[in-house]
Amino acid sequence: MSALLRTSLYDRHKQLGAKLVPFAGYEMPVEYTGILAEHRAVRSTMGLFDVSHMGEIEVRGPRALEFCQKVTTNDASLLKPGKVQYTAILNEEGGMLDDCTLYRLGDRHFLFVVNASNRAKIAEWFQTHSMDGAEVSDRSDDYALLALQGPTSESLLSTLVKRDLSTVHFYEFSWVELCDTAALISRTGYTGEDGFEIYLAPSKAGEVWDLLMKGGKSAGLVPVGLGARDTLRLEMGYLLYGNDMNESKTPLEAGIGWAVKVGKGAFFGREKLLRQKEEGLPRRLRGLRVTGRGIPRSHYKVKRDGTEVGEVTSGTFSPTLEEGIAMAYLDSSLTEGDAVKIDGHGREISATVAKPPFVAGSLKR
Amino acid sequence: MDLPEELRYTKEHEWARIDAVKKIATIGITDYAQDKLGDVVFVELPEEGTEITIAEPFGSVESVKAVSDLFAPISGTVLEINDALAESPEAVNEDPYGEAWMIRISIMDMSQVDDLMSAEQYKKFLSEQEEV
Repeated sequence: MSALLRTSLYDRHKQLGAKLVPFAGYEMPVEYTGILAEHRAVRSTMGLFDVSHMGEIEVRGPRALEFCQKVTTNDASLLKPGKVQYTAILNEEGGMLDDCTLYRLGDRHFLFVVNASNRAKIAEWFQTHSMDGAEVSDRSDDYALLALQGPTSESLLSTLVKRDLSTVHFYEFSWVELCDTAALISRTGYTGEDGFEIYLAPSKAGEVWDLLMKGGKSAGLVPVGLGARDTLRLEMGYLLYGNDMNESKTPLEAGIGWAVKVGKGAFFGREKLLRQKEEGLPRRLRGLRVTGRGIPRSHYKVKRDGTEVGEVTSGTFSPTLEEGIAMAYLDSSLTEGDAVKIDGHGREISATVAKPPFVAGSLKR
Repeated sequence: MDLPEELRYTKEHEWARIDAVKKIATIGITDYAQDKLGDVVFVELPEEGTEITIAEPFGSVESVKAVSDLFAPISGTVLEINDALAESPEAVNEDPYGEAWMIRISIMDMSQVDDLMSAEQYKKFLSEQEEV
Protein backbone atom coordinates (compact mmCIF):
# COMPACT_ATOMS: atom_id res chain seq x y z
CA MET A 1 0.00 0.00 0.00
CA SER A 2 1.50 3.35 -1.00
CA ALA A 3 1.98 6.03 1.63
CA LEU A 4 -0.58 8.79 2.00
CA LEU A 5 0.28 12.18 0.56
CA ARG A 6 0.52 15.23 2.78
CA THR A 7 -0.19 18.87 2.05
CA SER A 8 2.39 21.52 2.88
CA LEU A 9 0.43 22.24 6.09
CA TYR A 10 0.67 18.74 7.58
CA ASP A 11 3.06 19.72 10.38
CA ARG A 12 0.77 22.51 11.47
CA HIS A 13 -2.23 20.17 11.60
CA LYS A 14 -0.24 17.81 13.81
CA GLN A 15 0.86 20.65 16.06
CA LEU A 16 -2.74 21.79 16.41
CA GLY A 17 -3.70 18.29 17.54
CA ALA A 18 -5.80 17.47 14.49
CA LYS A 19 -7.31 14.00 14.05
CA LEU A 20 -5.88 12.97 10.69
CA VAL A 21 -7.63 10.54 8.35
CA PRO A 22 -7.00 9.22 4.84
CA PHE A 23 -8.98 11.18 2.25
CA ALA A 24 -8.52 10.93 -1.52
CA GLY A 25 -5.00 9.61 -1.00
CA TYR A 26 -4.05 12.37 1.44
CA GLU A 27 -3.68 12.44 5.22
CA MET A 28 -6.12 15.21 6.07
CA PRO A 29 -7.45 16.82 9.25
CA VAL A 30 -11.02 15.69 9.93
CA GLU A 31 -11.31 17.70 13.14
CA TYR A 32 -9.23 19.75 15.58
CA THR A 33 -11.38 20.68 18.60
CA GLY A 34 -14.53 18.93 17.43
CA ILE A 35 -16.94 19.06 14.49
CA LEU A 36 -19.71 20.96 16.30
CA ALA A 37 -17.43 23.70 17.66
CA GLU A 38 -15.68 24.14 14.31
CA HIS A 39 -18.96 24.24 12.39
CA ARG A 40 -20.41 26.83 14.75
CA ALA A 41 -17.29 28.98 14.51
CA VAL A 42 -17.66 29.18 10.71
CA ARG A 43 -21.33 30.16 10.99
CA SER A 44 -20.73 32.78 13.69
CA THR A 45 -17.23 34.19 13.04
CA MET A 46 -14.81 32.35 10.75
CA GLY A 47 -12.78 29.22 10.16
CA LEU A 48 -9.70 28.30 8.13
CA PHE A 49 -9.55 25.14 6.02
CA ASP A 50 -6.62 23.46 4.30
CA VAL A 51 -8.06 22.06 1.07
CA SER A 52 -4.77 21.79 -0.80
CA HIS A 53 -5.60 18.22 -1.77
CA MET A 54 -8.00 19.49 -4.43
CA GLY A 55 -7.01 19.35 -8.07
CA GLU A 56 -6.16 22.31 -10.32
CA ILE A 57 -6.09 21.70 -14.07
CA GLU A 58 -5.24 24.52 -16.47
CA VAL A 59 -6.26 24.86 -20.09
CA ARG A 60 -4.43 27.38 -22.31
CA GLY A 61 -4.47 28.32 -25.94
CA PRO A 62 -6.47 29.92 -28.77
CA ARG A 63 -9.06 27.13 -28.54
CA ALA A 64 -9.20 26.97 -24.75
CA LEU A 65 -12.76 28.32 -24.59
CA GLU A 66 -13.90 25.86 -27.24
CA PHE A 67 -12.40 23.02 -25.20
CA CYS A 68 -14.05 24.18 -21.97
CA GLN A 69 -17.42 24.40 -23.74
CA LYS A 70 -17.05 20.86 -25.03
CA VAL A 71 -16.25 19.27 -21.68
CA THR A 72 -18.65 21.15 -19.37
CA THR A 73 -22.38 21.76 -19.01
CA ASN A 74 -22.42 25.46 -18.11
CA ASP A 75 -21.74 28.24 -20.62
CA ALA A 76 -18.08 29.20 -20.23
CA SER A 77 -18.49 32.04 -22.75
CA LEU A 78 -20.38 33.91 -20.01
CA LEU A 79 -17.10 34.15 -18.11
CA LYS A 80 -14.95 37.23 -18.44
CA PRO A 81 -11.43 37.12 -16.99
CA GLY A 82 -11.84 37.50 -13.23
CA LYS A 83 -15.02 35.43 -13.05
CA VAL A 84 -15.78 31.93 -11.77
CA GLN A 85 -18.66 29.55 -12.49
CA TYR A 86 -19.90 26.28 -11.06
CA THR A 87 -20.17 23.60 -13.73
CA ALA A 88 -20.29 19.86 -14.34
CA ILE A 89 -18.04 17.58 -16.40
CA LEU A 90 -19.97 14.72 -18.04
CA ASN A 91 -19.09 11.59 -19.94
CA GLU A 92 -20.62 10.90 -23.33
CA GLU A 93 -23.62 9.20 -21.73
CA GLY A 94 -24.43 12.26 -19.64
CA GLY A 95 -23.15 10.76 -16.40
CA MET A 96 -21.27 13.05 -14.03
CA LEU A 97 -17.50 12.73 -13.94
CA ASP A 98 -17.21 15.63 -11.48
CA ASP A 99 -18.67 18.94 -10.42
CA CYS A 100 -16.17 21.77 -10.24
CA THR A 101 -15.53 25.48 -10.43
CA LEU A 102 -14.12 27.03 -13.59
CA TYR A 103 -12.02 30.20 -13.41
CA ARG A 104 -11.30 32.37 -16.43
CA LEU A 105 -7.74 33.53 -15.80
CA GLY A 106 -7.46 35.22 -19.20
CA ASP A 107 -9.03 35.26 -22.66
CA ARG A 108 -7.26 32.02 -23.52
CA HIS A 109 -6.54 30.70 -20.05
CA PHE A 110 -8.86 28.71 -17.80
CA LEU A 111 -8.48 26.91 -14.48
CA PHE A 112 -10.60 23.95 -13.42
CA VAL A 113 -10.72 23.26 -9.67
CA VAL A 114 -11.81 19.66 -9.26
CA ASN A 115 -12.47 17.26 -6.40
CA ALA A 116 -9.33 15.64 -5.01
CA SER A 117 -10.79 12.18 -5.61
CA ASN A 118 -11.36 12.94 -9.31
CA ARG A 119 -8.16 14.77 -10.16
CA ALA A 120 -6.43 11.94 -12.04
CA LYS A 121 -9.66 10.89 -13.75
CA ILE A 122 -10.41 14.39 -15.03
CA ALA A 123 -6.82 15.02 -16.11
CA GLU A 124 -6.95 11.80 -18.13
CA TRP A 125 -10.40 12.61 -19.59
CA PHE A 126 -9.15 16.01 -20.69
CA GLN A 127 -6.02 14.49 -22.28
CA THR A 128 -8.10 11.89 -24.11
CA HIS A 129 -10.33 14.60 -25.58
CA SER A 130 -7.69 17.26 -26.02
CA MET A 131 -7.49 19.42 -29.13
CA ASP A 132 -4.72 21.38 -30.80
CA GLY A 133 -4.86 24.94 -29.56
CA ALA A 134 -5.97 23.92 -26.07
CA GLU A 135 -3.11 22.74 -23.93
CA VAL A 136 -4.13 20.88 -20.78
CA SER A 137 -1.85 20.70 -17.76
CA ASP A 138 -2.42 19.25 -14.30
CA ARG A 139 -1.02 21.95 -12.03
CA SER A 140 -2.34 20.51 -8.75
CA ASP A 141 1.11 20.14 -7.21
CA ASP A 142 1.82 23.81 -7.88
CA TYR A 143 -1.14 25.03 -5.88
CA ALA A 144 -1.89 25.00 -2.18
CA LEU A 145 -5.46 26.03 -1.32
CA LEU A 146 -6.78 27.59 1.86
CA ALA A 147 -10.40 28.51 2.49
CA LEU A 148 -11.25 31.31 4.91
CA GLN A 149 -15.00 31.14 5.55
CA GLY A 150 -17.38 32.96 7.88
CA PRO A 151 -19.19 36.30 8.27
CA THR A 152 -16.07 38.08 9.57
CA SER A 153 -13.66 36.73 6.93
CA GLU A 154 -13.63 39.88 4.78
CA SER A 155 -12.80 42.05 7.78
CA LEU A 156 -9.80 39.83 8.61
CA LEU A 157 -8.49 39.45 5.07
CA SER A 158 -8.75 43.18 4.34
CA THR A 159 -6.27 43.88 7.14
CA LEU A 160 -3.77 41.65 5.33
CA VAL A 161 -4.09 42.71 1.68
CA LYS A 162 -3.98 46.02 -0.14
CA ARG A 163 -6.88 45.35 -2.48
CA ASP A 164 -10.33 46.64 -1.57
CA LEU A 165 -12.12 43.32 -1.06
CA SER A 166 -15.56 44.88 -1.40
CA THR A 167 -14.80 45.01 -5.13
CA VAL A 168 -14.32 41.21 -5.29
CA HIS A 169 -17.89 39.98 -5.51
CA PHE A 170 -19.40 36.53 -5.19
CA TYR A 171 -17.87 34.19 -7.79
CA GLU A 172 -15.21 36.72 -8.79
CA PHE A 173 -11.50 36.50 -8.15
CA SER A 174 -8.50 38.77 -7.93
CA TRP A 175 -4.75 38.63 -7.41
CA VAL A 176 -3.34 39.92 -4.13
CA GLU A 177 -0.03 39.86 -2.31
CA LEU A 178 0.29 37.87 0.90
CA CYS A 179 3.65 37.28 2.62
CA ASP A 180 5.45 38.74 -0.41
CA THR A 181 3.86 36.22 -2.69
CA ALA A 182 1.14 36.43 -5.34
CA ALA A 183 -2.06 34.68 -4.34
CA LEU A 184 -5.32 34.30 -6.23
CA ILE A 185 -8.31 34.90 -4.00
CA SER A 186 -11.87 34.13 -5.06
CA ARG A 187 -15.07 34.89 -3.26
CA THR A 188 -16.16 31.28 -3.36
CA GLY A 189 -16.54 28.44 -0.91
CA TYR A 190 -18.36 25.33 0.16
CA THR A 191 -19.94 26.53 3.40
CA GLY A 192 -22.72 29.00 2.51
CA GLU A 193 -20.92 31.74 4.42
CA ASP A 194 -19.16 34.78 3.00
CA GLY A 195 -15.55 33.83 2.47
CA PHE A 196 -12.54 33.41 0.25
CA GLU A 197 -10.57 30.61 -1.31
CA ILE A 198 -6.85 31.41 -1.48
CA TYR A 199 -4.66 29.77 -4.14
CA LEU A 200 -0.92 30.06 -3.68
CA ALA A 201 2.43 28.30 -3.98
CA PRO A 202 2.73 25.37 -1.58
CA SER A 203 6.09 26.70 -0.34
CA LYS A 204 4.32 29.80 1.00
CA ALA A 205 1.17 28.17 2.34
CA GLY A 206 2.54 27.69 5.86
CA GLU A 207 3.51 31.33 6.19
CA VAL A 208 0.12 32.53 4.96
CA TRP A 209 -1.69 30.05 7.25
CA ASP A 210 0.29 31.43 10.22
CA LEU A 211 -0.44 35.01 9.18
CA LEU A 212 -4.18 34.34 9.00
CA MET A 213 -4.27 32.37 12.25
CA LYS A 214 -2.34 35.06 14.09
CA GLY A 215 -4.41 37.90 12.65
CA GLY A 216 -7.71 36.12 13.27
CA LYS A 217 -7.03 34.73 16.72
CA SER A 218 -8.59 37.55 18.72
CA ALA A 219 -11.60 37.50 16.39
CA GLY A 220 -12.20 33.82 17.04
CA LEU A 221 -10.61 32.25 13.94
CA VAL A 222 -10.18 28.49 14.35
CA PRO A 223 -8.80 25.79 12.07
CA VAL A 224 -11.61 23.64 10.60
CA GLY A 225 -11.41 20.07 9.34
CA LEU A 226 -13.19 17.96 6.74
CA GLY A 227 -15.79 16.79 9.27
CA ALA A 228 -17.24 20.27 9.71
CA ARG A 229 -16.72 20.94 5.99
CA ASP A 230 -19.24 18.18 5.39
CA THR A 231 -21.83 19.38 7.92
CA LEU A 232 -21.52 22.94 6.59
CA ARG A 233 -22.00 21.99 2.93
CA LEU A 234 -24.86 19.62 3.69
CA GLU A 235 -26.75 22.32 5.60
CA MET A 236 -26.60 24.30 2.33
CA GLY A 237 -27.62 21.38 0.13
CA TYR A 238 -24.28 21.48 -1.74
CA LEU A 239 -23.35 18.25 -3.46
CA LEU A 240 -20.54 15.87 -2.63
CA TYR A 241 -19.28 13.79 -5.53
CA GLY A 242 -19.25 10.12 -4.72
CA ASN A 243 -22.18 10.48 -2.32
CA ASP A 244 -24.77 12.66 -4.05
CA MET A 245 -23.77 11.94 -7.60
CA ASN A 246 -21.49 9.68 -9.59
CA GLU A 247 -21.14 8.49 -13.17
CA SER A 248 -24.59 6.90 -13.09
CA LYS A 249 -26.30 10.23 -12.38
CA THR A 250 -26.90 13.23 -14.64
CA PRO A 251 -26.83 16.83 -13.40
CA LEU A 252 -30.60 17.05 -13.95
CA GLU A 253 -31.19 14.10 -11.62
CA ALA A 254 -28.78 15.68 -9.12
CA GLY A 255 -30.73 18.94 -9.10
CA ILE A 256 -28.10 21.19 -10.66
CA GLY A 257 -29.94 21.84 -13.91
CA TRP A 258 -29.29 25.54 -13.36
CA ALA A 259 -25.62 24.83 -14.23
CA VAL A 260 -26.65 23.19 -17.53
CA LYS A 261 -27.00 25.37 -20.63
CA VAL A 262 -28.07 23.10 -23.50
CA GLY A 263 -28.45 26.17 -25.72
CA LYS A 264 -24.71 26.88 -25.75
CA GLY A 265 -23.95 24.21 -28.35
CA ALA A 266 -22.61 20.67 -28.34
CA PHE A 267 -21.00 19.21 -25.23
CA PHE A 268 -20.41 15.70 -23.88
CA GLY A 269 -23.66 14.32 -22.51
CA ARG A 270 -25.94 16.89 -24.11
CA GLU A 271 -28.09 14.35 -25.97
CA LYS A 272 -28.92 12.46 -22.78
CA LEU A 273 -29.91 15.68 -21.03
CA LEU A 274 -32.20 16.70 -23.89
CA ARG A 275 -33.88 13.29 -23.70
CA GLN A 276 -34.32 13.64 -19.94
CA LYS A 277 -35.83 17.10 -20.32
CA GLU A 278 -38.34 15.65 -22.71
CA GLU A 279 -39.14 12.39 -20.91
CA GLY A 280 -38.93 13.61 -17.34
CA LEU A 281 -36.98 12.09 -14.46
CA PRO A 282 -38.21 9.12 -12.42
CA ARG A 283 -36.08 10.18 -9.42
CA ARG A 284 -34.44 13.42 -8.36
CA LEU A 285 -32.13 14.47 -5.54
CA ARG A 286 -34.10 16.15 -2.76
CA GLY A 287 -33.60 17.24 0.82
CA LEU A 288 -34.92 15.47 3.90
CA ARG A 289 -35.38 16.99 7.32
CA VAL A 290 -35.71 14.65 10.29
CA THR A 291 -38.69 15.34 12.51
CA GLY A 292 -37.62 13.22 15.47
CA ARG A 293 -34.38 11.64 16.61
CA GLY A 294 -31.81 9.80 14.58
CA ILE A 295 -29.45 10.71 11.79
CA PRO A 296 -29.96 9.44 8.25
CA ARG A 297 -26.82 7.95 6.69
CA SER A 298 -25.78 7.13 3.10
CA HIS A 299 -27.66 4.19 1.58
CA TYR A 300 -30.50 4.18 4.12
CA LYS A 301 -33.75 3.46 2.26
CA VAL A 302 -36.59 5.96 2.22
CA LYS A 303 -40.18 4.69 2.46
CA ARG A 304 -43.65 6.16 2.18
CA ASP A 305 -46.67 4.10 3.25
CA GLY A 306 -44.46 1.04 3.39
CA THR A 307 -43.22 1.39 -0.20
CA GLU A 308 -39.62 2.21 -1.02
CA VAL A 309 -39.48 5.64 -2.67
CA GLY A 310 -35.80 6.43 -2.54
CA GLU A 311 -32.35 6.18 -0.98
CA VAL A 312 -30.25 8.55 1.14
CA THR A 313 -27.00 9.76 -0.47
CA SER A 314 -25.67 12.01 2.31
CA GLY A 315 -26.87 12.45 5.87
CA THR A 316 -25.63 14.12 9.02
CA PHE A 317 -26.54 15.96 12.19
CA SER A 318 -27.11 19.65 11.45
CA PRO A 319 -25.31 21.56 14.19
CA THR A 320 -27.39 24.66 13.43
CA LEU A 321 -30.79 22.94 13.48
CA GLU A 322 -29.75 20.29 16.02
CA GLU A 323 -31.48 17.55 14.10
CA GLY A 324 -30.76 15.17 11.25
CA ILE A 325 -30.72 16.33 7.62
CA ALA A 326 -30.07 14.42 4.42
CA MET A 327 -30.07 14.39 0.65
CA ALA A 328 -31.77 11.50 -1.12
CA TYR A 329 -32.85 10.41 -4.59
CA LEU A 330 -36.64 10.27 -4.31
CA ASP A 331 -39.46 9.41 -6.70
CA SER A 332 -40.40 12.57 -8.56
CA SER A 333 -44.01 12.19 -7.42
CA LEU A 334 -43.04 13.25 -3.90
CA THR A 335 -43.45 16.91 -3.01
CA GLU A 336 -42.07 19.25 -0.37
CA GLY A 337 -43.60 18.55 3.01
CA ASP A 338 -44.41 14.88 2.32
CA ALA A 339 -43.78 12.67 5.34
CA VAL A 340 -41.46 9.70 4.87
CA LYS A 341 -39.68 7.08 6.96
CA ILE A 342 -35.97 6.45 6.65
CA ASP A 343 -34.88 2.89 7.40
CA GLY A 344 -31.51 2.27 8.83
CA HIS A 345 -29.58 0.58 11.58
CA GLY A 346 -32.69 -1.28 12.64
CA ARG A 347 -34.69 1.88 13.31
CA GLU A 348 -37.18 4.06 11.48
CA ILE A 349 -36.44 7.76 11.33
CA SER A 350 -39.34 10.13 10.58
CA ALA A 351 -38.59 12.92 8.13
CA THR A 352 -40.21 15.29 5.67
CA VAL A 353 -39.19 16.16 2.12
CA ALA A 354 -37.51 19.57 2.18
CA LYS A 355 -35.94 21.95 -0.31
CA PRO A 356 -32.37 22.90 0.58
CA PRO A 357 -30.76 25.06 1.81
CA PHE A 358 -31.66 23.91 5.29
CA VAL A 359 -30.14 27.04 6.84
CA ALA A 360 -29.34 30.56 5.60
CA GLY A 361 -25.66 31.49 5.44
CA SER A 362 -24.00 34.89 5.21
CA LEU A 363 -22.72 34.62 1.66
CA LYS A 364 -23.18 37.84 -0.26
CA ARG A 365 -24.55 37.29 -3.73
CA MET B 1 -6.43 8.09 27.52
CA ASP B 2 -8.20 8.27 30.85
CA LEU B 3 -8.54 4.81 32.46
CA PRO B 4 -9.86 4.77 36.06
CA GLU B 5 -8.32 1.88 37.96
CA GLU B 6 -11.45 0.87 39.86
CA LEU B 7 -13.54 0.19 36.75
CA ARG B 8 -13.90 -2.92 34.60
CA TYR B 9 -13.82 -2.80 30.81
CA THR B 10 -14.99 -4.59 27.66
CA LYS B 11 -13.57 -5.01 24.16
CA GLU B 12 -16.47 -2.90 22.91
CA HIS B 13 -15.16 0.01 24.98
CA GLU B 14 -17.80 0.01 27.69
CA TRP B 15 -16.88 0.44 31.36
CA ALA B 16 -18.69 -0.94 34.40
CA ARG B 17 -18.48 0.30 37.98
CA ILE B 18 -19.33 -2.72 40.14
CA ASP B 19 -20.91 -2.49 43.59
CA ALA B 20 -20.47 -6.09 44.72
CA VAL B 21 -22.35 -5.55 47.96
CA LYS B 22 -25.50 -4.08 46.39
CA LYS B 23 -25.04 -6.14 43.21
CA ILE B 24 -25.48 -3.06 41.07
CA ALA B 25 -23.41 -2.09 38.03
CA THR B 26 -23.15 1.41 36.52
CA ILE B 27 -22.31 1.35 32.81
CA GLY B 28 -20.97 3.85 30.27
CA ILE B 29 -18.48 4.16 27.40
CA THR B 30 -14.77 4.81 27.75
CA ASP B 31 -12.67 7.85 26.94
CA TYR B 32 -11.22 5.94 23.97
CA ALA B 33 -14.74 5.31 22.62
CA GLN B 34 -15.87 8.93 22.92
CA ASP B 35 -12.66 10.12 21.29
CA LYS B 36 -13.16 7.77 18.34
CA LEU B 37 -16.83 8.76 17.95
CA GLY B 38 -16.33 12.50 17.95
CA ASP B 39 -19.09 14.88 19.02
CA VAL B 40 -21.98 12.82 20.44
CA VAL B 41 -25.42 14.14 19.51
CA PHE B 42 -27.91 11.43 20.56
CA VAL B 43 -27.89 8.66 23.15
CA GLU B 44 -30.55 5.91 22.95
CA LEU B 45 -31.06 4.04 26.21
CA PRO B 46 -33.43 1.22 27.18
CA GLU B 47 -36.35 1.82 29.52
CA GLU B 48 -36.20 1.05 33.20
CA GLY B 49 -37.16 -2.54 33.82
CA THR B 50 -35.65 -3.80 30.55
CA GLU B 51 -33.52 -6.93 30.81
CA ILE B 52 -30.21 -6.62 29.03
CA THR B 53 -28.11 -9.60 27.99
CA ILE B 54 -24.32 -9.86 28.06
CA ALA B 55 -22.65 -9.02 24.71
CA GLU B 56 -25.95 -7.95 23.13
CA PRO B 57 -26.84 -4.38 22.10
CA PHE B 58 -28.88 -2.45 24.67
CA GLY B 59 -28.88 1.00 23.07
CA SER B 60 -26.84 3.25 20.82
CA VAL B 61 -24.67 6.32 20.75
CA GLU B 62 -24.87 8.59 17.74
CA SER B 63 -22.18 11.07 16.85
CA VAL B 64 -22.11 13.49 13.92
CA LYS B 65 -20.12 10.92 11.94
CA ALA B 66 -21.59 7.56 12.91
CA VAL B 67 -23.94 5.52 15.07
CA SER B 68 -22.54 2.87 17.41
CA ASP B 69 -24.34 0.17 19.36
CA LEU B 70 -23.87 -0.12 23.10
CA PHE B 71 -23.15 -3.71 24.17
CA ALA B 72 -24.05 -5.07 27.60
CA PRO B 73 -20.88 -5.89 29.57
CA ILE B 74 -22.92 -8.24 31.79
CA SER B 75 -26.54 -9.29 32.03
CA GLY B 76 -29.04 -7.56 34.30
CA THR B 77 -32.19 -5.47 34.63
CA VAL B 78 -32.15 -1.72 34.09
CA LEU B 79 -32.83 0.12 37.37
CA GLU B 80 -32.11 3.66 36.30
CA ILE B 81 -31.13 5.58 33.16
CA ASN B 82 -29.29 8.88 32.97
CA ASP B 83 -31.98 11.28 31.71
CA ALA B 84 -29.48 14.16 31.57
CA LEU B 85 -27.95 12.65 28.44
CA ALA B 86 -31.09 13.42 26.45
CA GLU B 87 -30.51 17.15 27.05
CA SER B 88 -26.72 17.09 27.15
CA PRO B 89 -25.32 14.32 24.94
CA GLU B 90 -22.00 16.22 24.83
CA ALA B 91 -21.41 15.03 28.41
CA VAL B 92 -20.33 11.72 26.85
CA ASN B 93 -17.36 13.53 25.31
CA GLU B 94 -16.66 15.74 28.31
CA ASP B 95 -16.99 13.33 31.25
CA PRO B 96 -17.43 9.73 30.02
CA TYR B 97 -16.79 8.11 33.42
CA GLY B 98 -18.73 10.52 35.63
CA GLU B 99 -21.55 12.73 34.38
CA ALA B 100 -22.10 10.54 31.32
CA TRP B 101 -22.89 7.25 33.13
CA MET B 102 -25.61 5.71 31.00
CA ILE B 103 -27.51 2.99 32.91
CA ARG B 104 -27.54 1.30 36.30
CA ILE B 105 -28.47 -2.36 36.34
CA SER B 106 -29.03 -5.05 38.94
CA ILE B 107 -26.39 -7.74 38.30
CA MET B 108 -27.90 -11.07 37.32
CA ASP B 109 -24.76 -13.21 37.56
CA MET B 110 -21.73 -11.98 39.56
CA SER B 111 -19.46 -14.51 37.86
CA GLN B 112 -19.78 -12.54 34.60
CA VAL B 113 -17.95 -9.70 36.36
CA ASP B 114 -14.82 -11.87 36.56
CA ASP B 115 -14.64 -12.05 32.75
CA LEU B 116 -14.46 -8.26 32.40
CA MET B 117 -11.05 -6.67 31.80
CA SER B 118 -9.19 -4.75 34.46
CA ALA B 119 -7.83 -1.28 33.69
CA GLU B 120 -4.41 -2.85 33.06
CA GLN B 121 -5.82 -5.42 30.64
CA TYR B 122 -7.91 -2.82 28.80
CA LYS B 123 -4.88 -0.56 28.48
CA LYS B 124 -2.95 -3.43 26.89
CA PHE B 125 -5.92 -4.18 24.62
CA LEU B 126 -5.96 -0.53 23.47
CA SER B 127 -2.28 -0.50 22.61
CA GLU B 128 -2.80 -3.62 20.49
CA GLN B 129 -5.72 -1.91 18.68
CA GLU B 130 -3.60 1.01 17.58
CA GLU B 131 -0.93 -1.25 16.13
CA VAL B 132 -3.30 -2.82 13.60
